[in-house]
Amino acid sequence: MNKNSLVSISDINREELEDILARAAYFEAHPNNKVLDGRVVATLFFEPSTRTRLSFETAVNRLGGRVIGFSDASTTSSSKGETLNDTIKMVSNYVDLIIMRHYLEGAARYASEVTDVPVINAGDGANQHPSQTILDLYSILKTQGTLKDLTITMVGDLKYGRTVHSLLQAMQYYNPTFNFVACPELQMPREYLEFCNERGIKYSLSEDFSPEIINSSDIIYMTRVQRERFADIMEYERVKDLYNLENSMLAQSKPNLKILHPLPRVNEIARDVDSNPKAYYFDQARNGLYARQAIITRALGIDMNAVKEKAIEL
Amino acid sequence: MKKELAVAALHSGTVIDRIPSNALFKAVKLLGIENINEHVTIGNNLDSNKLGSKGIIKVANTVFSNDILDRIALIAPTATVNIIEDFEVVEKKPVVLPDTITGIVRCGNPKCITNNEPMDTKFHVISREPVVIRCHYCNHAVAGKDANVD
Repeated sequence: MNKNSLVSISDINREELEDILARAAYFEAHPNNKVLDGRVVATLFFEPSTRTRLSFETAVNRLGGRVIGFSDASTTSSSKGETLNDTIKMVSNYVDLIIMRHYLEGAARYASEVTDVPVINAGDGANQHPSQTILDLYSILKTQGTLKDLTITMVGDLKYGRTVHSLLQAMQYYNPTFNFVACPELQMPREYLEFCNERGIKYSLSEDFSPEIINSSDIIYMTRVQRERFADIMEYERVKDLYNLENSMLAQSKPNLKILHPLPRVNEIARDVDSNPKAYYFDQARNGLYARQAIITRALGIDMNAVKEKAIEL
Repeated sequence: MKKELAVAALHSGTVIDRIPSNALFKAVKLLGIENINEHVTIGNNLDSNKLGSKGIIKVANTVFSNDILDRIALIAPTATVNIIEDFEVVEKKPVVLPDTITGIVRCGNPKCITNNEPMDTKFHVISREPVVIRCHYCNHAVAGKDANVD
């Protein structure tokens, strides 16, 4: 077990979170920085995820490290019945860091417990995806200039959407006000409402994506309503278009409003929103590179002061 | 009038009393009673002032470790343990739910790593009244009374 592993956003405290955000800001200004010279990083993608894998691999490459790994478990020994324990122990002999994505929930936690090499969770089923949360936070910080006292509206699938749960948890330090906009079937689970109650975090629940909610928001975090979440297909047909955002709905919104979305989107954000300067989802994806550079350097215990001093010397 | 015993008295051994009736057979399993060769008496649906209906397990000439007894706190937090010597109760104690439960409960989430890898399960107790536990790995939460101990 390595203490620098990042499996869940709840593994790190406020200080560590802000250290990662500061690193991300540094890497945005200096994306090419050979601090991983001579290091080898494994990207073990037991489940395909092109977007996340490319982002992590780009981050390693821009930091001067080397990448080994696989993007599909069907080409590995796990398809022959090798346990995760054995795969992780074997790979640990070769690399300085493991970045893994797995279709099973809890896989990254377990992997982090069977090796001394740091493990970064790049998504484990519907459970955790901490690098997404870091990039969401970084996007909010960058566009708003602060994380404090913001009104954040989360829309769509708040029940199964792991990104909204992790973001909610990470925002706890910054006095947010949340609006949870969803149909009753997909509303924020009770445990997260209790999380807010226990910490005095203000929130509202709404079925209606109303102009009042839109116009009071600093951040609108859109998510996709997935057909497979519904037992009743008629119910899906009823609600699927209730939470679609169109450009005309943003006419009276706050000037600092930004629209975020973890992507991929289907039709929950109309194409005419893309050209609105308040649309931020594509820039948000780019921030994923800096967020992942930050997470990788922290996991490897790289001291940023030394990095910055070296950068000045050069 | 002396209360009539529904189950015969024990010379020496352990009596586990006040088990909710619907948890009795889970308790039998958790305690590994089927592997004990001493006399075992199991009673269920007995009258109880506190529980309405209760189960009881009497095992002759056997003292369980606290680790084993505390397993049943998950499904039967009301249970009490009486250690008997020469027909006398020499010790009476409640079962105590530990903060972490390792290797007893199976996670109810089929996509949890613990259901797909040869490994011990691990649960954290997140509420004691009512008992709620959460999987250390996949974060799936379940009420203690619904925990899968098979």
